[in-house]
Amino acid sequence: MSDHAHSTYGLVHHFDDLEQQKETGTLGMWSFLITEVLFFGGLFGAYAVYRSQFPDAFQVASAQLKVGLGAINTIVLICSSVTMALGVHAAQKGSKNGIILGLIGTLVFGAAFLVVKYFEYKEKWDHGLIPGYHFNSHGTFDSLHAGPAQMYFALYFVMTGMHAFHMVIGMILMFWLIAKARKNYFREGHYALIENFGLYWHFVDIVWIFLFPLLYLVGAHSGAGGAHHG
Amino acid sequence: MWKDFPFYPEQASTIAQPVDLLYFFLVAVSAFFALLISVLIVVFASKYRASRPNPVSAHIVGSNKLEVIWTVIPLGLTMIMFAWGTVLFFDQSRMPPDAMQFTLTGKQWMWKVQHPSGQREINDLHVPIHKACTFTMTSEDVIHSYYIPVFRTKQDVVPGRYSQLWFEATKLGTFDIFCAEYCGTKHSQMTGKVTVMSQEDYERWLSGAVANETPVQAGERLFTALRCITCHNATSTARGPNLAGQFGKEVELASGAKVIFDADYVHESILNPTAKTVTGFQAGLMPTYQGQVKEEDILSLIAFLKTYGATTPAAGAPAK
Amino acid sequence: MKSTVLTPPAPAAHPPQIAKAKTNYLTADFGWKSWLFTVDHKRIAVLYLVSIMVFFLIGGTFAILMRGELLTPKGDLFDADTYNKLFTMHGVVMIFFFLIPSIPAVLGNFLVPIMIGTKDLAFPKINLLSWYIYLVGGGATLYVAISGGIDTGWTFYAPYSSTYANTNVAGAAIAVFVTGFSSILTGLNFIVTIHKMRAPGMTWFRMPLFLWAQYATSLIMIMGTPVLAITVLLLALERTFHIGIFDPALGGDPVLFQHLFWFYSHPAVYIMILPGMGVVSEIVACFSKKPMFGYHFIAFSSLAIAIFGFVVWGHHMFVSGQSAYAGFVFSFLTMLVAIPSAVKVFNWIATLYKGQVSLETPMLYALGFIGLFTIGGVTGLFLAVMGLDRHVHDTYFVVAHFHYVMVGGMVMAFMGGMHFWWSKMFGRMYPEAMAQFAAVVIFVGFNFTFFPQFILGYMGMPRRYHQYNVEFQTLNVLSSAGASILGMGFLMTIAYFVWSLKWGKPAPQNPFGAKGLEWERAPSPPPTYNFEEGDKIIVTEDAYAYTSEEPAVIAAHEVKK
Repeated sequence: MSDHAHSTYGLVHHFDDLEQQKETGTLGMWSFLITEVLFFGGLFGAYAVYRSQFPDAFQVASAQLKVGLGAINTIVLICSSVTMALGVHAAQKGSKNGIILGLIGTLVFGAAFLVVKYFEYKEKWDHGLIPGYHFNSHGTFDSLHAGPAQMYFALYFVMTGMHAFHMVIGMILMFWLIAKARKNYFREGHYALIENFGLYWHFVDIVWIFLFPLLYLVGAHSGAGGAHHG
Repeated sequence: MWKDFPFYPEQASTIAQPVDLLYFFLVAVSAFFALLISVLIVVFASKYRASRPNPVSAHIVGSNKLEVIWTVIPLGLTMIMFAWGTVLFFDQSRMPPDAMQFTLTGKQWMWKVQHPSGQREINDLHVPIHKACTFTMTSEDVIHSYYIPVFRTKQDVVPGRYSQLWFEATKLGTFDIFCAEYCGTKHSQMTGKVTVMSQEDYERWLSGAVANETPVQAGERLFTALRCITCHNATSTARGPNLAGQFGKEVELASGAKVIFDADYVHESILNPTAKTVTGFQAGLMPTYQGQVKEEDILSLIAFLKTYGATTPAAGAPAK
Repeated sequence: MKSTVLTPPAPAAHPPQIAKAKTNYLTADFGWKSWLFTVDHKRIAVLYLVSIMVFFLIGGTFAILMRGELLTPKGDLFDADTYNKLFTMHGVVMIFFFLIPSIPAVLGNFLVPIMIGTKDLAFPKINLLSWYIYLVGGGATLYVAISGGIDTGWTFYAPYSSTYANTNVAGAAIAVFVTGFSSILTGLNFIVTIHKMRAPGMTWFRMPLFLWAQYATSLIMIMGTPVLAITVLLLALERTFHIGIFDPALGGDPVLFQHLFWFYSHPAVYIMILPGMGVVSEIVACFSKKPMFGYHFIAFSSLAIAIFGFVVWGHHMFVSGQSAYAGFVFSFLTMLVAIPSAVKVFNWIATLYKGQVSLETPMLYALGFIGLFTIGGVTGLFLAVMGLDRHVHDTYFVVAHFHYVMVGGMVMAFMGGMHFWWSKMFGRMYPEAMAQFAAVVIFVGFNFTFFPQFILGYMGMPRRYHQYNVEFQTLNVLSSAGASILGMGFLMTIAYFVWSLKWGKPAPQNPFGAKGLEWERAPSPPPTYNFEEGDKIIVTEDAYAYTSEEPAVIAAHEVKK
């Protein structure tokens, strides 16, 4: 990095030097991620409150989810973080093709995640599990569990929906970054943007790592899913 | 003259004067500091004004000693206020034993009260003087708040759960009841009057007011009419736990957790029976009564369960 | 330099002190595009100033209408639904579109880079984006207001707001959701700027206290606002899709809404007051011509308020069904959060001691702030003390308390700051005598409006009441009379400020003889990059390095040409 000291490529006018610019960008991204932690934190808080109040109903509701699909998505997202990290590493090495490959790989895995998500959501729709007027239209839940189960699914859709929304934003940004990479924008050590985007992407991944056990694995520790016991 | 411009409402309950005392203490402390600060500002602004002859700023940047003083003194004062207020609040939060038990439902935009002996009132309330009265309250729709300024007490009334309030009136007269949690269009019209009467006047009023049955009697009637007794009885083949004498006791659930058999537990079990099933009984047998019982019915059942299985005959006995 | 426009040569009699930059940020470029696509933090500050004043006038109009209704015990001016919408919209507009942005978005945006000695904020484009987000949220709110309004109270308590209200709650919730991001981005920008872009020599403890206050405020902005965002989002979803999250009929918990709501909205009040305290520190030091007494204590007290502010939210819920033990903890912590504010008040007063105090308009507002904030603050203790709160919760006592801190405190500080830095922002002086008069009018009007409400509250008058008992009328009339005086004071102030833009005396670089980079190194108004070209900023002094030889404030109207 120090051999770029003489180049001012990429220096934006209001910064004194490249080092200040880079540190500012990184701190900005970390600060933004803190706001995201609080944002999702509110949802996790609501989830914690209701799960502790309705443990049985949450278990029955969670049993409607396919753990296999969730596990696949978890692996897919971890792979996307690997490709992202490889892309950042390539950027640090100054490899333009490495950056593009890493970003494309991440995009592919991200798209795979969303495809699986689509099938999951569609299945919920088909089984009448969308909260609102038509919830439980297939009689999946008896009247005792229906209310809290709807709560579970409300949280399920808001949490996974918010997560997917953040992924979509990330993927749109990745197209933009690929375009920049192809124009050799990330040369001469001017790759902070990729690094900071990597931070964002890893954060989105970590949110999923928390969502998966909380939403999919509710009944797993107490035996076969869906068994009726008190 | 002061009667025309009062600064505090009449003191008509046992806690009114203690609350006012705390209030006056805070007023005194606040007035002292507000005055002190205003005087200091005026004095310093004038004594050290820039237009005085030969003005010079002293180079003072701080004083750790002063910082400690003006941290510790406010801390001490606030701790006194905190302790005093917390003790008062806890006293108001603990329902006195042997009090008259009223039930209250708030709904847009009226208050529905039931006396222990069964009489009902809308918006107004008649109570005997020098008798502790507790209110078990819920809402049928949105959050309201039952507020009686002269008693210095209020409590939010929340749908889906019970809240409690108590007072002991110490002055005869008629006073205001307000709704103190915004609840929609007629929030400011959801008011009433509480009339504090002597014991004889209260009993006279009670006999004049129509009372079909006491809440306990209503609860006993419902316990049979809704078929609760078919499962919740003392036979060895009973499908549900025997509820006699259980109110207020700790109950063990199938999951191993323990809960108190209280009003909220009864409310939940009637509407959502499998939420907390007692250990040793099969879950899923009890049907839900959602849509079949009104909030007032549940309150009656609770009143009944409180006396059910007590050694002294309780059903039908007039409330003390 | 970018522009080729030169100002005409200055008249010969100008002393060198009043030499202006050849162009300043206002004259650097013309045309609506140069304003709407600017990334200059100073222009963005001016854009915000105009926007928040519009909302202030809207919110103020709602207030005047409310006080008009409250002249008589009966609800005879408006019907109940209209009145309920008025107080709701008054709260929403004043809190989200005036108070929360006010000092940070106007004075903060303008001054943070200059005070720190740099050319702009860390993320200038994000700064502009925050203004656009504010406009979108504000536009959506105005649309909701015009298309029928909302009547839930600015607190949106469920289940009234989620299930029973017949107004456009979802629209208002989305509007608030959007606006929150404006706040988050502003806070993020300030945090990064203060961490990374200080001029050489500007250590943390040489920063003006205004920056400490902005920093603490920004911490709350980025950590608290996201929780509000998710809360109103859930509310909007519940409204629109009839999902039961806070609806008891579906097992939802209305008190959970209150916890989530107040988790943000309590720290939000510190977002509103901390910048005001920063402004007061600047003004008091300047108009005492003395270093700030207890600089470190004031700096750390700002951080303490920000941190403690996050753990006291339950003091809004003592009678809501929250357990008494939780209330115990919240009450105790609330006592702790009061102490740093008291420390500040004493330190400000100690700064006056043996200084050279002059009572120009900014100082009048700052001193007014100290007195009124003291009253507002101690009345907060009345509410934090649980046994008392049971009586005064949801009464006019609460209304009086928060108006004392928000109007008697924050708005006074905002006014003081606008007067103090007006010349820096626009190169013109406001008319001093009229400004001092208006300050007194505002102070008197304010106290007449809100002091009676303490008494009304303790007497038992609940808040959000459209009609009330006859015995409350005298105090209500007094309050409404005060409100009209207060309103006139505000209108007067806006009028002479606008007048001064064209006809005010051209301002010197440092009319008050203040210390600080914005006074000593930046012209009035500054050029686009804040300092003269080639002026390398290196800081060698502590903040407020007034010496005993410092001359007293030279009032602008006394400057000899």
